[in-house]
Amino acid sequence: MAGVNGSFWQRLLGIDRRWIFVLIGLGTIIPLLRPINLPVAASPRVRAAYAAIEAVPEGSIILMSLDYEPDIMAELQPMSIAVLRHCFRRNLKPVILTLYPAGPGLIERALEVAGAAEGKQRNTDYVFLGYKSGNQAAILGLGDNIRGLFPRDFWGTSTDSLAIMQKVNAFADSPLLINLSGSAIADYYIRIASSRYHVPMVLGSTAVMATDYYPYLSSGQIQGLIGGMKGAAEYERLVGITGDARRGMDAQSLVHVIIVILVILGNVAAFATGALRRRTGGNS
Amino acid sequence: MQILEIWVASLLTLCVFTFLYRDNPLYRFAEHLFVGVSAGYLLAVQYQNVLRPNVIEKVAGGNLMPLIPAALGLMILGRLAKRTHGLSQWALAFYVGIYSGIAVPSYLQAQIFAQLADAVKPFGAGWAAINSALVLIGFLAVIAYFYFTAPQNRVHKAAARVGIWFLMVAFGASFGYTVMARVSLLIARVQFLLRDWMHILPPA
Repeated sequence: MAGVNGSFWQRLLGIDRRWIFVLIGLGTIIPLLRPINLPVAASPRVRAAYAAIEAVPEGSIILMSLDYEPDIMAELQPMSIAVLRHCFRRNLKPVILTLYPAGPGLIERALEVAGAAEGKQRNTDYVFLGYKSGNQAAILGLGDNIRGLFPRDFWGTSTDSLAIMQKVNAFADSPLLINLSGSAIADYYIRIASSRYHVPMVLGSTAVMATDYYPYLSSGQIQGLIGGMKGAAEYERLVGITGDARRGMDAQSLVHVIIVILVILGNVAAFATGALRRRTGGNS
Repeated sequence: MQILEIWVASLLTLCVFTFLYRDNPLYRFAEHLFVGVSAGYLLAVQYQNVLRPNVIEKVAGGNLMPLIPAALGLMILGRLAKRTHGLSQWALAFYVGIYSGIAVPSYLQAQIFAQLADAVKPFGAGWAAINSALVLIGFLAVIAYFYFTAPQNRVHKAAARVGIWFLMVAFGASFGYTVMARVSLLIARVQFLLRDWMHILPPA
């Protein structure tokens, strides 16, 4: 019996990793084709982000820096659409920019989707300033001269001629800053906008980054945190919409179950066959 | 036109996915195409968004000030030749000085002082007190783990061991989130293939 077990675990450890890829692929495709719509509960972090936007007086101008490119759009694009739709529903006037060169195309698309869904028009209900290079230098510029930093918007209109831009030229003119970011740009905003200019800030990040920003939530340097596709799905639920993030949650859950089972099986197999002991030279 | 874009994006996605089976020419084609297109796109964007509005148009309008940062930028290219290598050092020194001036105070303020204040803030009531206590213990224990200046006595060793546990929990949480992020990327690509390309899923 021990021999049979041993051979089973040995075979399991030696399994071709491509079978695991097939499992993960099926775990992704099947729930998308046959959704069961698992419930999505909003976490306190995402609720806090939602509440921070709810607390902004109707009609206010709100600065948004959407800093992502196609590599992480899976997480941040649904988040952008959900947050933009929330802002539009509250009749807020977002002034949007990006510090990523490949960001404008994605943001233009997000604005089209959110604007069409909520019946909002560019330049009257929102302004998209486009891309600006320089990261920290650009963020410092946002502190006191936004129109100088962006003489024209993304579509080439002079920012001086836009009614929304007459009311905003610095961080201080926006009651809240929203940064959806997949990089250290979030740190720059926390250092400069939140800590230096004391602008209340909501952060949306990729899941990889999310744990790094919990301390800022605890210290009050950010008012809310939306982490990854899960966070985006929670936000979609709070806003009452079904976007790509919520649609992807069934697949996300099933793949996680598969991964957890594989991790447990792999560890049991490693213990059963003594593979760990051999790998660590008999010290384990 | 949009149909062509979707077909190109879908076929390139499939080319990249073929790497899951093994390395192959289709994957390498997509990889090299991506590198080339990215470099060309970045060059065009930087010219249109940085050089043209910040230097060329301003100088053409009679403002010569942008020539100073432009010259500093060109001096960095001095690294390409031995004779002009020294020029790049001046430009770099300028850059490092400016960057440090901006970054150091804001870093201290946002990431040291504010976090220290949070770690030692008065405990709240109920469960908040337990959270605050955990933050404080974790903070002290991890600091103990990374304190290498003096030999560790028994108390220091015990604190450092607790610090390791806190670090392991943090790494585990971070790894869990990382797995979730990678799965999200796959889900989005599959959504794109099934919906936009194959029209199996209903429109968004």
